[in-house]
Amino acid sequence: MNLVIVDYKAGNVQSVMFALERLNIQATLSCDFETIKAADKVIFPGVGEASSAMEQLKARNLDKLLPTLEQPFFGVCLGMQLLCQHSEEGETPLLGIIPLEVKRFQTDLKVPHMGWNQLEHLASPLFAGLQEKEYAYYVHSYYVPLSDYTIAQTSYPEPFSAALHYKNFYAVQFHPEKSGPAGSQILKNFLAL
Amino acid sequence: MLTKRIIPCLDIKNGRCVKGVQFENIRDAGDPVELAKWYAQQGADELVFLDITATNEERKTFAELVRDIARHIDIPFTVGGGIGAVADVEVLLMAGADKVSINSAAIRNPHLVAELAKRFGSQCVTVAVDTKHTEATGWKVFARAGTVETPHATVDWCRQVADLGAGEILLTSMNNDGTKAGFALDITGAVSEAVSVPVVASGGAGTMQHFADVFHQAKADAALAASLFHFRELEVPELKAFLKQEGVDVRI
Repeated sequence: MNLVIVDYKAGNVQSVMFALERLNIQATLSCDFETIKAADKVIFPGVGEASSAMEQLKARNLDKLLPTLEQPFFGVCLGMQLLCQHSEEGETPLLGIIPLEVKRFQTDLKVPHMGWNQLEHLASPLFAGLQEKEYAYYVHSYYVPLSDYTIAQTSYPEPFSAALHYKNFYAVQFHPEKSGPAGSQILKNFLAL
Repeated sequence: MLTKRIIPCLDIKNGRCVKGVQFENIRDAGDPVELAKWYAQQGADELVFLDITATNEERKTFAELVRDIARHIDIPFTVGGGIGAVADVEVLLMAGADKVSINSAAIRNPHLVAELAKRFGSQCVTVAVDTKHTEATGWKVFARAGTVETPHATVDWCRQVADLGAGEILLTSMNNDGTKAGFALDITGAVSEAVSVPVVASGGAGTMQHFADVFHQAKADAALAASLFHFRELEVPELKAFLKQEGVDVRI
């Protein structure tokens, strides 16, 4: 399988590479238009700030490519948010693949939402083999509200989208590469889709 | 429910764990990777690695170690110790660290916090604050591994670095560190109240009750300990079972 991780200088691609390595899976790091287009599956990680990440994508013409992809695609953390329409973070227009808004947490609780929280209402083969209320590791200050595309949710304190699915695009807000054995299972499930 | 985090901290010198770590089921007790894997299996929520070496040559060893740790463990970890510039942070994050913690460098140049947050995102910027209380001064911030008193009042400083973009504050009470008499509940509570970012309490853990106290009374988001875990005076699974009984949300 030709698995490509999109490397657009926005975050820690290394952790995702290592997580795959622990599963004995080879992946190619690339920001090249043709390489990504030709992949069997694509993983789209990302940490950091939305507008600078979008600039990095635009600089490589990937903002045009990613919405056209038809192979199984997996966004992680900021990589999930970037698939949406618009983010309150820097009032940034995003890739517009999934018609959803990214909002900032408005709560008395600590922001960023940082640490292990539970996944609920699991509704996708992406979560095969996982129990309800399984823990995953989160670090984020912006979130996607619940929607028709939500396939798992987490509460902080209100429920938000822990994961999304739209056509060939799957995405999670938490970090499967840092979420212990449950996270590895989710990566494996994506690769089996 | 977001759970409270339990964080073992490992001191690293020249690529090896210091402080006699005693685990009969670990082949090499000085090997940070072996220890990190063991703690992850035990249910530690995160790990912190502090580089206590001094020379640049040794710092390169540390960056290699960070890569090795990232390769082998599947929980998040923070690295710190002697980080002075954006370039240091870049090396460590690219090696696979999830967060970096900066201390004296933030005191020398508070703008560094903003620069790091802008460049890498607040989520990976922890500011470590060493604090000491005296009757005369109240709680003051100390720099250079706690050897130099700064003019900063602790709560004000924490608020300042949070405003600059720190994503987390690691607060160590020098009065409590090493005493095993409990965390500094008053200053931890005051900082936690003052800032909107998570606060990790450090210094003074001696019993399981101390952890319950710092979560319940001081509203800490996470608690860190070193020798208590390394000498196996307390193990993560029994600590978490106790905390759960005490009504603290923990990941088990």
